[in-house]
Amino acid sequence: MAEFVNPEVEWAKRLLEGDAAAFTPFVESFQSKVFQYTWMMCGQREDAEEVAQDTLLKVFESFDQLREPEHVKAWVFRIARNYCLMKRRRSVFAPDKEFSLDELMPGRMPGNDSPGSAASDRVPDQRELPEQRLLRAELNHELETAMQELPANYRSVVLLRDVEGLSTTEAAEVLDLSEDVVKQRLHRGRLALRKRLAGYLTPAGKVSE
Amino acid sequence: MSPVKHEHGPADPLPPEACLEVFEKLSEYLDGELSPQDCAHIQEHIRDCEPCVAFVESLKTSIRASRELRSQETVRELPEATREELKAAWRAALQRRTG
Ligand SMILES: [Zn+2]
Ligand SMILES: [Zn+2]
Repeated sequence: MAEFVNPEVEWAKRLLEGDAAAFTPFVESFQSKVFQYTWMMCGQREDAEEVAQDTLLKVFESFDQLREPEHVKAWVFRIARNYCLMKRRRSVFAPDKEFSLDELMPGRMPGNDSPGSAASDRVPDQRELPEQRLLRAELNHELETAMQELPANYRSVVLLRDVEGLSTTEAAEVLDLSEDVVKQRLHRGRLALRKRLAGYLTPAGKVSE
Repeated sequence: MSPVKHEHGPADPLPPEACLEVFEKLSEYLDGELSPQDCAHIQEHIRDCEPCVAFVESLKTSIRASRELRSQETVRELPEATREELKAAWRAALQRRTG
């Protein structure tokens, strides 16, 4: 896979060198990232805004301790996660719950997903039709709801790995989990989202709804 | 389509073992975290298994949607006073580092 430099890494390096021009993009990027993460974890607007501000303040107060700007995103999220945990008591979304692989297994699910019945899972072709653009917006909306309904222990992993693009190692550090647990929760979380969104993943599935 | 090595029609409620094995490791497969042997094993199975291909594709679409997720809820701009406070904290930290 091709390595690319996250803009945040570039900004962090420049900020370490005292370049004030990197300040605004860095702040805006992380303010909205931390806000979105906290919002998706607890669903309280004021809490999410507070966590974003507290995180940024802590980040800058300890900026001299940023040893590896390559991992700045994980470093910021590690701080954000601690503030977020304090607010989580007020979360309006799904609490922790364990999924067995069994209940996510195709063929055992109600609606009988593939493998076994591929009909509901046929992939749309890649031409971008106007309906497909609409479908994408709808998918985004549906995904946000599905994400909030995902048990919190899976949701935090999927948000860090897939939405924010942290590596397995980074997500494990942020969440104080072993890498194996991160991998397991990511897989089950993804499967649960896929199952929940199955009808939106294909135009055919949409029509039959 | 290439011939299917094993059958799992609608009459069969459970997919065969081979598919379940694939199913269990799909995320690691898609993330490139499997050993070359496991990876080759899955690739070989998927080549001949239409339901698995469909399943993998729908999982990929769903993961892609997560990567592009933008919450409906957006954050308000920071007040100027807060920005100034943040900037002061950053300068003080750099000062500590060099001074
Ligand atoms: Zn299969
Ligand atoms: Zn098969």
